[in-house]
Amino acid sequence: MAVNLDSLKSLPYFSGLSESVLLSVNQHVFEKKAERGEILVFEGEPAETLYFVVAGVVKVFKTSADGKEQIYRIIRPGDSFNDVPILADGVNLASAAAMSAVVLNGIKKKDLEAVSREYPQVALNIIKVLSLRVEELVSLVEDFSFRRVSGRVAKILLEHTGNGGGERPRLTQQEMAAMIGTAREMVGRSFRSLEEEGAIRIERNRIIIVNQEILKKIAGITG
Amino acid sequence: MGDMPIIDEAKCQRCGLCVSICVCGALVMEDNAVKVIQVENCGWCTMCELVCPNGAISCPFEIVVETTRD
Repeated sequence: MAVNLDSLKSLPYFSGLSESVLLSVNQHVFEKKAERGEILVFEGEPAETLYFVVAGVVKVFKTSADGKEQIYRIIRPGDSFNDVPILADGVNLASAAAMSAVVLNGIKKKDLEAVSREYPQVALNIIKVLSLRVEELVSLVEDFSFRRVSGRVAKILLEHTGNGGGERPRLTQQEMAAMIGTAREMVGRSFRSLEEEGAIRIERNRIIIVNQEILKKIAGITG
Repeated sequence: MGDMPIIDEAKCQRCGLCVSICVCGALVMEDNAVKVIQVENCGWCTMCELVCPNGAISCPFEIVVETTRD
């Protein structure tokens, strides 16, 4: 038990706590190491531990019935995962896996509850963290419900197609996301959707438009 | 030789996250800087671009129309 105090106090959950409170909280925090590819949290299992990434990268993902993986969040050092199910008495909403060798700090659900009861600042910090999560999710819902992201990605692809000669435009997913005001992850999802619809094919770093008519239709371009 | 991810050295903070997640060994830390090595098995997974907290890695796509051969 107990981890490096400096890494603990840099976490949003424990910011603003005095040294003595941090020492008390620290008794409940443990370190866990994992190798690349190791599953850290399984979707559907009872949520037992809140994790903070100290080193390395973790992906939070869901796998569809046909085996396709959809990454929801990338967790870098200083960020946490499994927050919502821990606080909601639920099951893990998604799986989490180490994308590299990782060092995590963890705190068990019952210990987090005890700490937040004893130290109201922790409870306030939890509210702030959850508020940020809600903001992220509202933004995602907006993408899903109001914006036809695939259509806008399709439009970008049509507008930036190389003509076979000279300098061909090259765009990153991040640039496309910025152009249409969405998250990078939504662009990747749109690529898969456009592939499934037979409009494009992706070969390494080339997006090949295989059916312009389908792509135009998805983009809402008529004529 | 194939295209490889592009590092913006001005933005790179040398945190090494990209190196730690790269499965093909294309990214290495050398002399406290991230270097890109030409490797054959880089599948353009773009995970390095995704994990970089500073937007220092680019994995751009070329967009082309398929040409049909008659």
